[in-house]
Amino acid sequence: MPSTPCVARRRRPMIASTIMSSVLTIADVERVAALAQLDLTADEKVLFARQLDGILQYARQLQAVDTSGVRATAHVHAHQQGERDDESRESLSQEDALANAPDANREAGLFRVPRVIGN
Amino acid sequence: MVNDNARTIRDGIATGRFSAVEVCQAFLDRIEAQNPILNAFTLVARDRALARATEIDRQRTAGESLGPLAGVPVGVKDNLCVRGMRTTAASRMLAQFVPPYDATVVERLEAAGAVILGKTNCDEFAMGSSNENSAYGPVRNPWATDRAPGGSSGGSAAAVAARCAPLTLGSDTGGSIRQPAALCGVLGLKPTYGRVSRYGLLAFASSLDQVGPLARSAADAALALGVLAGPDRADATCSQTPVPDFMASLTGDIRGLRVGVPRTFVTEGVNEDVQRAFDEALATLQGAGATLIDIELPHAKHAIPVYYLIATAEASSNLARYDGVRYGYRTADGNLALQDLYSRTRDEGFGAEVKRRIMLGTYVLSAGYYDAFYLKAQQVRTLVRQDYDAAFEQVDLVAMPTSPTAAFRLGEKADDPLQMYLADVFTVSANLAGLPAISVPCGFVAAPESAAPLPVGLQLTGPMFDESVLLRTADAYQRLTDWQTPTPPPI
Repeated sequence: MPSTPCVARRRRPMIASTIMSSVLTIADVERVAALAQLDLTADEKVLFARQLDGILQYARQLQAVDTSGVRATAHVHAHQQGERDDESRESLSQEDALANAPDANREAGLFRVPRVIGN
Repeated sequence: MVNDNARTIRDGIATGRFSAVEVCQAFLDRIEAQNPILNAFTLVARDRALARATEIDRQRTAGESLGPLAGVPVGVKDNLCVRGMRTTAASRMLAQFVPPYDATVVERLEAAGAVILGKTNCDEFAMGSSNENSAYGPVRNPWATDRAPGGSSGGSAAAVAARCAPLTLGSDTGGSIRQPAALCGVLGLKPTYGRVSRYGLLAFASSLDQVGPLARSAADAALALGVLAGPDRADATCSQTPVPDFMASLTGDIRGLRVGVPRTFVTEGVNEDVQRAFDEALATLQGAGATLIDIELPHAKHAIPVYYLIATAEASSNLARYDGVRYGYRTADGNLALQDLYSRTRDEGFGAEVKRRIMLGTYVLSAGYYDAFYLKAQQVRTLVRQDYDAAFEQVDLVAMPTSPTAAFRLGEKADDPLQMYLADVFTVSANLAGLPAISVPCGFVAAPESAAPLPVGLQLTGPMFDESVLLRTADAYQRLTDWQTPTPPPI
């Protein structure tokens, strides 16, 4: 078994040990689904627990790679483009911006969602 | 006419040998005959295409100057916005979405005179390697219709192979242009990250996504890249690096070219016949004056897990925008609180692979797992890049097979996501390093239980912003071989 990642061992000993050995539980899947705003069905939870666990087991090969002192790459071009001129340009019209909304009050220029306060 | 390449079509229209309308009609007829079986197009914009072609003919008759793609019919992957033309990313989530603006690449194609035939099928939000994850159903491989065309730009590749378009656009996040190009026997180019604007491309993984052309010849890809490339004020990651004349790089001369071959990496897990086609392609390059040099890419074997951790993390963030409020699908259940409306909409609107990737990406970004998975993957991404940096001190480009196998059967990997991910073993590292890479047809292999031989591709990866060396080499190779000419068997 590959060694526990040093970063995780230093900061989060309990979780690090589960990383190395755990099987993804239905509760884990439900926690992640809540974060991802996905209302998964019972069947999907069972399927994803098994499949994601397999993928994560495979990904654990990375723990064996020595990355001490290696910086992370978030993006291949370190230098982003310069700023552009601060000039106003035409943008989408309100009509265009609302055209694809599943529920909109086009006269008032509003997207509509269920009531969130005052129930 | 449908067998002509883009340049021949452009020249034929410019010299009056045929009209843009005749060309457009020929390809529309071809699509009408092929698409019921291949399912390569999700939308055919017949009237719009004919109107554009009529305008090109008018320009020519009036003696106006014609663009470099004047009258060339093109297919556009269905994750690129075309103003007023339904754009779905092959997702139920966007089944009714009509973009209010053009992607920059679409604007540039049309400004160059190209005639958009319609939208090509793909894996949902470009997530897949077989085109089976489409809400419109799978595309079939023109060479063997029981097989996958590859993915995610499966429709773009199948359309070119089946002579439904001489040129198409795809997008490539981990091989989505090159792998289907290889499996369908056409040429596909993923430009350097930042060479082509991503504005109007429905985002999957923003640090990896890149738009590029699929065609039959390197010359057509060079022609198209010249139109697509260059800075864009709407995309801050699109580079100011000057765009060279790609057509001028097609000298046919590769004497002295140093071709790096990562022998250890490309031997394991590669189908024997694919290996043989690869070795023959290398011998052809050598015969034309190139030198083969063994190199090592010690971290390339880790590129798949690195890719699937980083791409899904970025996807989980990018796809958060689909919540049933501003555009796209909303659940029919009208009695839900806002939070439940979001999560029900997303469960109903996304397909299984998209949900799987959002879940994986959310997991690796969540507290307690970020360092061990996401940060670790970003560090190994650095090592993958450094391997290439070291290789390019010795060689001008790196050669690998594009895919370890020829086209697999539809359904063969559908129930095993990890097996499907492994199909991308040779393509993902170019995206992680941001490098340009091309797949050029390099032969056919006999396949078990397949009557027709299946095409395979040679992948060439070049240094940052050096698409020219790839196009020059692919073009020189195509002058010596004839793999792009055979037509798929009649359907």
